[in-house]
Parts: sequence; structure tokens; C-alpha cells
Amino acid sequence: MLDKGLSGGGRYWAWLGALAALIVAGALAYQRQLTLGLGITGLSRDVTWGLYIAQFTFLVGVAASAVVVVLPYYLHDYRVFGKITILGECLAVSAVAMCLLFVFVDMGQPARALNVLLYPTPNSIMFWDMLVLAGYLALNAVIARATLSAEHRGVPPPRWLRPVIVLSIPWAVSIHTVTAFLYSGLPGRHLWLTALLAPRFLASAFASGPALLILLAMLLRRLTGFDVGREALQKLGLIVAYTMTVNVFFVLVELFTVFYSQAPEAMHHFEFLFLGLEGQAGLVPWMWASVVLAMMSLGLLLTPRCRQDMRLLAAACAMVFASLWMDKGLGLIVGGFVPSPLGEVTGYAPTLPEVAIALAIWAVGSLLATVLFKVVAAVRGEPSGPDPHSRWARAPVEP
Amino acid sequence: MSMDRRAFLGAAGLSALAMTGTQSLEALAGAGRPETTPEGRRAPRWGMVIDLRKCLEDRGCTDCIAACERAHNVPRLESRAHEVKWIWREPYERAFAQRGSGYGDEALRGKRVPVLCNHCDNPPCVRVCPVKATWKRGDGIVMMDWHRCIGCRYCMAACPYGARSFNWLDPRPRVKEVNPDFPTRTRGVVEKCNFCEERLAQGRGPACVEACRERALTFGDLRDPGSEVRGLLRSRHAMRRKPELGTEPSVYYLA
Repeated sequence: MLDKGLSGGGRYWAWLGALAALIVAGALAYQRQLTLGLGITGLSRDVTWGLYIAQFTFLVGVAASAVVVVLPYYLHDYRVFGKITILGECLAVSAVAMCLLFVFVDMGQPARALNVLLYPTPNSIMFWDMLVLAGYLALNAVIARATLSAEHRGVPPPRWLRPVIVLSIPWAVSIHTVTAFLYSGLPGRHLWLTALLAPRFLASAFASGPALLILLAMLLRRLTGFDVGREALQKLGLIVAYTMTVNVFFVLVELFTVFYSQAPEAMHHFEFLFLGLEGQAGLVPWMWASVVLAMMSLGLLLTPRCRQDMRLLAAACAMVFASLWMDKGLGLIVGGFVPSPLGEVTGYAPTLPEVAIALAIWAVGSLLATVLFKVVAAVRGEPSGPDPHSRWARAPVEP
Repeated sequence: MSMDRRAFLGAAGLSALAMTGTQSLEALAGAGRPETTPEGRRAPRWGMVIDLRKCLEDRGCTDCIAACERAHNVPRLESRAHEVKWIWREPYERAFAQRGSGYGDEALRGKRVPVLCNHCDNPPCVRVCPVKATWKRGDGIVMMDWHRCIGCRYCMAACPYGARSFNWLDPRPRVKEVNPDFPTRTRGVVEKCNFCEERLAQGRGPACVEACRERALTFGDLRDPGSEVRGLLRSRHAMRRKPELGTEPSVYYLA
């Protein structure tokens, strides 16, 4: 079945070749990082986590967001999501793979990675994060593979799959909650030391992930003719409208608490992000771009006439994704380190090798997603067998 | 074949869970926190008192820092971003970050304060380490295993005192004069002050304390009411850094 990912036209191979080139460039940069140390990145004594861990955090959200299609489809038997659900699961697999790679390249001693399993430490949130992420990767890989291979062979999916799918729903929420706990449980870091962090993470994840899924589904239709259906995209667009609204609400709630209470520790972080501190203002344009894009996307999403226009929906989704990437994939992690607990304002900008490594990991994820989507499109494009989940279907299925 | 893979994954998951289970039980049983030494004597609780009036940093004295760096092969790095520090000087305002004192601490403004790992009673760094590469001994010293550390730097994010350093580059070529009695480190691991546990094991005091001509640093057993440190703490008003965080530092400052 997976061999279907190995057949394609010239454009398909050119795209895979471009990704492979990025991966090779990143591997060379990583080789340099391995020999010289993490000193070749822009990280420092004060800003100890940067681009890698921020990408990791953002992508855990993308991975978790598969639940937005999985839950309606499997628990509520919402048939409209029949085709997009498998795409969501494949996207989750690619996103978790990227997460694990980003954590790996951030390690000072990658050869000792297995120490996390050799010396399991339940009091460390990072230990739990590794467990839930590995579990989530396994769950989604098993689900996507079993669903597709059943369909490929024209038989209903095995009975044991149902509980696995149900388990994956709370598991998705858990991966992003635990990831938020990595940060919100640290006593000296006032940007993160808020109980709202986990809810905020989930809201932004359930906006950015589905926004990406909508864009990818549109692209897939244009390239292969595989169509998840207009209704599915519209419904998912409505979900993004709600989750993005909730996310912006959470951010405003946070800003109120911080600035009305005037507690200096937390205020300084927001001042660094939005105004700059002591001449360090590298993140300021990004943060304001994120705000503007968020406002524009909400304007489009909350106006039914705009949302129902597929092209405007695509534009809104691109804005949501870009806005949340800037907020979470850049600002939230770096901003937590500046000012340092001693009040030191240290700038951070990723270096060239650091960007090359990050791009390579994004390329690995894109490669995985491309091949998986290709397999889905090929299998689903076959003369259709029975509905993949007919065993559980209560209502008759569309032809 | 795919069944084999599933079976393998299942077994791997179960064994991970089983390992976690034993570890939690040990933690619940309170292992690793002995209040007494193996010989039955009451274990000490090491702490330090720093007298800011006696410290001669304003005359450029760095004896404590130099002694520590010699004893522990602390590398000297050109770039501030990559610095490795065990004990160093920090402006009073940064070390104490107490903006609420108004004019109350004018005498201390601008003074540079020696800072080091606080060897907290409730250390956030130990709580977050995913591999137990850092842990608290019965005598209160927060230790670091450079051979187990995976270099994730979670402990650095957790420490509210900036007391931990990461080896961003290879430290060995950057050690001025190698002390063969103490290990050097490799790149990619975290390090910090160890309260000179290697010297304590030989019955000697910490290198920084020994090096201070003015006797501004005093080291001793905080649990013993008759100790010199406890005597000092009774005699004058003492401060600890960021007491509101509940970390319970064992380094005290006499203003």
C-alpha cells in the first residue's frame, strides 16, 4: 500500500527532490553542530531555548489538532469529515515526527537521548512529554495505517481499532497540556507562570492546525483531484473561526491580568515582545505582524459571506497559521527568557546553521506529509470498496 | 510482520510503565533523603553566609572567583553568551531584584554581590531534570552528574537564580590551568557550583571561603544551632534571594 507513495509525475519528484536537498543541507549543518557544540546557534546563557524548542511547541499544537476532525467523525459519526479525518491523522503523524526531531537537535548530548528511558523520572514534565508524544505518534500511525489498509483491501477496519481511536482523543489533548506544563510550572519565568497557558495552547493549536489542514486539503484537490468536499472545509473553517476567537480572548485576558495588576515581572516580558527593552527589539515587528494578521483573519472568519468564499477562507487560514506561528513558534518561548530571572536583557536571533537545521526538519515533516497524502489520495481514488467505517456507521453512507 | 511490530511496541510501552512504577514507589518511600549519615550521626545541612560589608569587591577583589575556577577547571569564554560561571559578581539590584525597597537599600545600590548556586532546599532544577542528572543530597548539596546529563537545559529554564551554565562549546581548551584532581567537562552538559563537595569529603571547607582574606564568606551546618553560620544569622539581619518562590536557598546575605 505504501508503495503508492513511490509513483508520481515529474512535479511530484521535483518537490520531493527539493525537500531532500533541504534535508541534506540541514544534515550538514547538524554535523557542524555535533562537532562544535550548540555554541554555533544563537542561543546563550540567558536565552537557553530558541528556534528549535519554539518549533517543537508550535508543532505539538498542530499534531494535537487532529482531534478537531477525529472527534466529530468518530464520536459523533459526522460523515462530512470522512475524507478529511485521514488527512488530519497523517498530518498529526508528520507533526509529531517533527516535534521529536526538534527536541533531538536541541540536546547537548544527543547520544544520551535514551537516558530518558533508562532513568525514568516521573517528577519531570519533560519525561511525561516524551512519553505522551511517543504514544501519540504510535496511536496515529496505527490508526491511519489500519484504516487505510482496510480500505485498500476493501474490508471494514478491524474491531480493535475503535477503542484505539477513542483513546487518541483525550491523548491529543494531553500532549498539548503536558507541553504547556513544561513551561507553566517554572517558578521564576513570569511569562509562562500562568494557569491560562495550557488552555491558551489548546485554543491556538485548534486554530492553527485545522487552518493548515484546510490549506493542505485545498492544495491536494488542486494537485490530485482528491476532494474532501466543500462542506467539510466550510465546517472546519467555522471551527477555526471559533477557536481563533477563543485564542484571542485568552490573550486579552492574560494582558488584562498582567497590565492591570502592574506586577513588574510579567509586564517586562510583554514589553520586551511588543515594545522592545534596552534596545533589544528583534521580536517587535513579528509580534505586531502576528496581532495584525490575527485581527484580519478574525474579520474574514467572523463574516459569513467572506468565510463562505473559498478563496477568502484560504486567505484567512493562511493568516491564522502565520499569526500563530509568529506568536508561538517565535515569541512565546524566546519571550519567556527575556528579561532573564536576574533582569538581564539578552537578544536572540537564530544563526544560519540553526535556521538550516530547522528548515530541514520542516522538510522532513513536509516529505512525510506529502508521501502520506499521496498514499491516501491513491487509495481513496481506487474504485471504492465499502465505507471504511461502515461497521460503526449508523446512517447510510453517501455513494 | 505488522503484528510483530505492534507486539513489540506494546511490550516496550509496558516495560516503560513498569520502570516508572518502581521509581514512583521509591520516591514515595522517601529514599535518597537520609536525615542521618550511615554512621548514625545527624547529617549536616550545609549553608553559606556572605557578609556584604566585609566583601571587598569594590576594590576589585576576585579571590573567591579565581580560587573556585582554579579548583574546578571552570573555562573562560570570550563571549558573554557562552560564559560558564560557578561563583560570580552580580550588581545588587540584579542579584536581589527587589524594586520595592525604594530608598531603603540605598547603601547597597551599585554594590556587586557574590552569587552562586543557592543549593535550595526545594530546588526547581532537580524537580524538572528528566534523567536525574541533578539531585539533592541528604546534606543539602544540589549535585550534578556530567556523565548522565543529556544537555536539554530544562534545569536552566527552571533555576530562578541563573546559577546554571551550559557548555555551548568545548570547555577543555578554554581552561587556563587544568587541576588534575578535578574532572573537566565535555561540551553539551550543564554545570554549576557544587559547594566543593570534593573538598568537604576531605574535611576541608569550600575553596571560595578559604580564599577570602576578609572572611566575608562563612560556611557551615545550618542544622546545628551552635554553628558559626547560625551565630552570624542570629547576630544580624539576613536576606535570601527571591524567598517568595519557596525554593528555600541555603545561601544567606548579611546586609
